[in-house]
Amino acid sequence: MDSPSSRACGIHAARLNLAAYASNFGDAHAPLNRAQALIEAERCYYCYDAPCTIACPTGIDIPTFIQRIAQDNNRGAALTILESNPLGGMCARVCPTEVLCEQACVRNTNEEKPVEIGALQRYATDAYFAKPGVPLFTREAVTGKRVAVVGAGPAGLACAHGLARRGHTVTVFDANPKPGGLNEYGLATYKTADNFAQREIDWLLSIGGIELQNNQKLGRDMTLDALLGQFDAVFLGLGLAGVNALGISEPQLPGLRNAVDFIAELRQSDPVRVPIGRRVVVIGGGMTAVDAAVQSRLLGAEQVTIVYRRGPDAMSASMVEQRWAQTSGVTIRHWAAPKEVIAESGRLCGIRLAETTLDGGKLVETGETFVLEADMVLRAIGQTFIAEPAGAAIALKGGRIHTDDDGRTSLPRVWAGGDCRFGGRDLTVEAVEHGKRSAIDIDLALRGSSAVAGTQRKLEKAHG
Amino acid sequence: MADLSIDFVRIKSPNPFWLASAPPTDKEVNVVRAFEAGWGGVVWKTLGEDPPVVNVNGPRYATLMSQDRRVIGFNNIELISDRPLRTNLEEIRRVKRHWPDRAMVVSLMVPVVEESWKRILPMVEDVGADGIELNFGCPHGMSERGMGAAVGQVPEYIQRVTEWCKHYSKLPTIVKLTPNITDVRYPARAAKAGGADAVSLINTINSVMGVDLERMVMSPSTDGWGSHGGYCGQAVKPIALNMVAEIARDAQTQGLPISGIGGVTTWRDAAEFIALGCGSVQVCTAAMVYGFKIVQDLCSGLSNFMDEQGHASIEDFRGRAVETVKDWKALNLNHIEKAVINQDSCIQCGRCHVVCEDTSHQAITATKDGKRHFEIKEEECVGCNLCVSICPVPNTISMRALAAGEVDKRTGMAVNGEYANWTMNPNNPMRTSAATCG
Repeated sequence: MDSPSSRACGIHAARLNLAAYASNFGDAHAPLNRAQALIEAERCYYCYDAPCTIACPTGIDIPTFIQRIAQDNNRGAALTILESNPLGGMCARVCPTEVLCEQACVRNTNEEKPVEIGALQRYATDAYFAKPGVPLFTREAVTGKRVAVVGAGPAGLACAHGLARRGHTVTVFDANPKPGGLNEYGLATYKTADNFAQREIDWLLSIGGIELQNNQKLGRDMTLDALLGQFDAVFLGLGLAGVNALGISEPQLPGLRNAVDFIAELRQSDPVRVPIGRRVVVIGGGMTAVDAAVQSRLLGAEQVTIVYRRGPDAMSASMVEQRWAQTSGVTIRHWAAPKEVIAESGRLCGIRLAETTLDGGKLVETGETFVLEADMVLRAIGQTFIAEPAGAAIALKGGRIHTDDDGRTSLPRVWAGGDCRFGGRDLTVEAVEHGKRSAIDIDLALRGSSAVAGTQRKLEKAHG
Repeated sequence: MADLSIDFVRIKSPNPFWLASAPPTDKEVNVVRAFEAGWGGVVWKTLGEDPPVVNVNGPRYATLMSQDRRVIGFNNIELISDRPLRTNLEEIRRVKRHWPDRAMVVSLMVPVVEESWKRILPMVEDVGADGIELNFGCPHGMSERGMGAAVGQVPEYIQRVTEWCKHYSKLPTIVKLTPNITDVRYPARAAKAGGADAVSLINTINSVMGVDLERMVMSPSTDGWGSHGGYCGQAVKPIALNMVAEIARDAQTQGLPISGIGGVTTWRDAAEFIALGCGSVQVCTAAMVYGFKIVQDLCSGLSNFMDEQGHASIEDFRGRAVETVKDWKALNLNHIEKAVINQDSCIQCGRCHVVCEDTSHQAITATKDGKRHFEIKEEECVGCNLCVSICPVPNTISMRALAAGEVDKRTGMAVNGEYANWTMNPNNPMRTSAATCG
């Protein structure tokens, strides 16, 4: 294999020496060791009605799991986490804790240094997965009810786990060859090193009662009506299958691609085989943009620039993510919007950008433009829900599926959650909560007694 | 600059910090290192009769630690010096000759037999020691042989041995007391009756550090078995302060010089012992945790404190807090305090609320107008100080004394500005008509 250096023009794989890939795509943040975890756990004040727990979309009882770490009871800590969030291991790695639990930590007030809740959550779940012992969760008596879950992403998996716990039999369909959804295909490799996504799913499925069917795409291999004919209920965790266009002329060029496809390819490949440009421009301001940009650098791209049309505060990537990009050698160019993809003889060679500004609260172009040289441009300006596979009957809102708080859609016996559902922030941890809550509600509906339902709901909330 | 020097029962030292009789003062090499570091004096590790005792060669120490492995409590099962008497005496002579300005007190423990004391006392006097400390406190090993705490637990023995020492030696005699008794005033009174120049306290407290739950063996253990040790370190300071205060305020022992021992780790700890009447302070655990250099921090902190407070010498503030220690029955029951939460520095952890709600008087809100908000409900607050004691932010919850005439919202009654204690309280069937300040 030829090994062009990072200075070689064009799009090439293997820009780095082999050893660099292992370290670049290994764990980005080393886990806490036991001594660090015990000291950090001691910092938790064990707050009453803890603000961190309130800030957690899945409502993990954070002071309790940290107290259990402090008492060297990692199994007890893992139970507290996984009871509220069966994908608590992944969330510990990918949650923007700086805007969720850690932002709410009362230690911020005096020290501006919250307890490292995410790192502690990872410590406890890693310790548990390394030595699981007797199962934490077992199934209730089998009910005979069957539920179809469409989409094996965080929402679908959380829903399937919740239903299996309650004795229902679940079939999970997923369009991809592997389960996990964005956990498997949509996150930076260095966030989920050592095949963690699949290891976590293996554990989640080990509860039993969940059948997984890969390469099964709604609208292609089956229809919602057909599922409703075969199952007692259906949960849709379809995710966002579409990618927003740049809104300018986009010629078919090998260097112009979707950041999500680039990230997925990298997750499913040996990084040494993934081609990358010498100069890469990523258009967008979210975590997908950051993951794509940082990984471009790690693959050996010499210059990587994130271009975002507004200022740093408006980016959906948190300040921590932005700093991570910058310290990884990515330049963030604010107040610029794509204007023209520049190509020469079928090869991408740059992108013209318009400078932007706010005029009376409205984003406008200033009239100035500039060109960034690039042999790769990655689109990361958001994804869209593609409604067709679910059929025309289901009500949408804001282009996504309209549900109530429990995930009930406009169609009887159909629930939905995760990014395909209207009203969220497109976070993994929110998707888990959607799936978890829908499982509770589906269970109530399948058991068919509103009296039982009320009690059950209270119980679940007390646990949640 | 404050003068830290002391003259404690004719024993002079440049600062009040002495290393207590323990492993740090077992040998010349240790003591010389201590003096080089700046310790004002030492109490040489306890000498006994030859042949020397034999220590275990398994674990002698164990600790109680915080999560970040700071030592809170310490326990040991070391016996007295396990070296020949003559070796110790030669070293003491040499060290004292080279360090004449430092206090050299020698700890002693021999059987409760007059001949034994008559024999050893002149030898100690001969090597130039400044004083002796009678080890009536060691709670492990030696006590099984009728010495150490076994003597300290019987006031008559304390008095008798002290009398022998005063009879056969001209050296100032300090009696070291064990805390493993029910009322420390009795052994202290016995020491005074025997003619002791001073008492020192506390020695260590009987303790088992823990149990190894995998092996189901107590710890520390030697070859599978353990024995109780002596507990010391920061955790015992409150126990020591109480015993010191009891002796300092007891009518029979008032004025008896006290060398304070028990968990002294910082200058502040030392100053507290001094404020309760101690004329010197002994340290062991802190040195065994951090090394000898800490004496410099103790001196620096104490000196700066004294300068700030305008105390020119140790004697200027020694014993100044003794008269604030009273029997409970003397406390003013008309005095009423309420907690106050400073909303500007409150970090909203809510611990004050939950502990008050769960374990005390339901006197702190959790919400106000639907929002997280912690505030004292004065109509419920009894002024117990629990919230102040557990609040993680210093000076965020404080106690406010109600002024005379102010209405206590809990009782609906105006505060009576007059002093009135339990002995005068209508609920007390044994009450007397007049106030007793006990």
